[in-house]
Amino acid sequence: MDEQALRELGETLQAIFAEHVLAAAVDRGELTVTVAPESLVRVLSFLRDDVNFHFRQLMDVCGVDHPEREKRFDVVYNLLSLTHNRRIRVKVMTDEHEPVPSVTGVFNSANWWERETWDMFGIMFADHPDLRRMLCDYGFEGHPLRKDFPLTGYVEVRYDNERKRVVYEPVKLEQEFRNFDFLSPWEGIQASLPGDEKAGS
Amino acid sequence: MAETQIKNLTINFGPQHPSAHGVLRLVLEMDGEVIERADPHVGLLHRGTEKLIEYKNYVQAVPYFDRLDYVAPQNQEHAFALAVEKLLGITPPLRGQYIRVLYAEIGRILNHLFTVCAYAMDIGAMTPMLWGFEERERLMEFCERVCGARLHMNYFRPGGVSQDLPAGLADDIAAWADEFPRCIDDLEALLTENRIFKQRSVDVGAISAEDAFDRGFSGPCLRASGVPWDLRKAQPYDVYDRMDFDVPVGKHGDCYDRYLVRMVELRESLKIIKQCLNEMPAGPVKVDDRKVAPPKRGEMKGSMEALIHHFKLFTEGYHVPAGETYTVVEAPKGEFGVYLVSDGSNRPYRCKIRPPGFAHLQAMDFLTRGHMLADVVAVLGSLDIVFGEIDR
Repeated sequence: MDEQALRELGETLQAIFAEHVLAAAVDRGELTVTVAPESLVRVLSFLRDDVNFHFRQLMDVCGVDHPEREKRFDVVYNLLSLTHNRRIRVKVMTDEHEPVPSVTGVFNSANWWERETWDMFGIMFADHPDLRRMLCDYGFEGHPLRKDFPLTGYVEVRYDNERKRVVYEPVKLEQEFRNFDFLSPWEGIQASLPGDEKAGS
Repeated sequence: MAETQIKNLTINFGPQHPSAHGVLRLVLEMDGEVIERADPHVGLLHRGTEKLIEYKNYVQAVPYFDRLDYVAPQNQEHAFALAVEKLLGITPPLRGQYIRVLYAEIGRILNHLFTVCAYAMDIGAMTPMLWGFEERERLMEFCERVCGARLHMNYFRPGGVSQDLPAGLADDIAAWADEFPRCIDDLEALLTENRIFKQRSVDVGAISAEDAFDRGFSGPCLRASGVPWDLRKAQPYDVYDRMDFDVPVGKHGDCYDRYLVRMVELRESLKIIKQCLNEMPAGPVKVDDRKVAPPKRGEMKGSMEALIHHFKLFTEGYHVPAGETYTVVEAPKGEFGVYLVSDGSNRPYRCKIRPPGFAHLQAMDFLTRGHMLADVVAVLGSLDIVFGEIDR
């Protein structure tokens, strides 16, 4: 897709929304716009309705966890415009406590995607009509796609023949969880080695 | 006479129901036999694919994509392979691209045969299932011959495909492609003008183009509502821009139109398969970059360097430059997207899978409201729901 056109699109958005659009960047032919959470609904409504943008379809909402950041979560909205044959990615940053405004009023399809994001990351969506868990079990505790949630989880399920029902127990591993880290020790080394500073002098 | 209390009835459809297409628990609030509200509960097949992928390197992540939509596994692999290629900045050689398109279309036929026949069975026709599955078996034989597995192929890799077509396979596919239209004709003879089939599907679960946009529809379900949108045409990947095929469009967006669109797509896929077989050039099938694609077995016997590359690739894997991409393919069910975030290491930092069925199932409430209980089965069947991809 035309990178120049996408760049202009990003600049137009920045011009219209001024400080509400925090950043707009084109990378590998994909436009990413970072938006302040309080103006998310306004920006998405504009993107949907304006004839120059016309992003009529919200294809996907998902979260990304960066635990080292102060605002650890990115909420990513992938939009598609059929009329202009373009895609745009809108990002909002948040943390565990600060809710993101729900966009179910703008796109109906956001309903389940936001429920899934809540389920997987524990990101709260304000004014969501029905914020239940989506994929995890009824009564599940924790948010599995967070980076600090272990791959094996905390509980395991089995059918107890004596009690004639399914029981939950703390997970027991027959062998220690093996995390195969094949990163070679050479990759982590930065460009400078002791003594490098003498090379220039 | 005392006033009778009328109460809505709530029934559970599934999770074990032959027409629930797997493990769907659908809570229906009924007023008599009319549906007031449908609330699908999904997640009974949740296996944590996205979490698992974060703990595997890029090549090890490919087989997980087979297990999403297990009816057409290769199309999912295609999306992941394209996403990784985009981040790596590599393009597979032409023959590799042709083979991928060829097998993606075989996947589409596998899927549409399954959907149409299972749909027909849901609403009362037994025979199409038996006929369709015979053809599916032939196609799965082609899959087996090229990679050893009937279903979970693990064949499309970032950088091409894992191995070349064996001798004689192209001729056999061509021979099958000449015969297959007869099967489509037979199926159409059974279904298209069938009175019962039409009574069960015409004007059932209709959705307008506007509503379809709003609800994130894609693929045949969107086309049935009259929107000529196909990612293979609009945002072509691999060699789809060289292919000559038509995009069928429906008119009413009901179950019958969704069925018709799929039937025409079967024939269009066949056209693409024939073009692929005719135009496919000779040459390598994966990139000639030993940092991404493993060396040949024979090469490893004599070359130390090849052996080292093989060892590094199958332990550490390759490093993908930091960045992110949302890459889509036109999977048989609709837009299948992979949102891949890389932090520059040998494992994906985040791999979000966008299954088309998720958005379609979400519209169940909208589509079935005010319909009869029996129509739930028809709508569900026509939306092409597979829980492997919805629950991930």
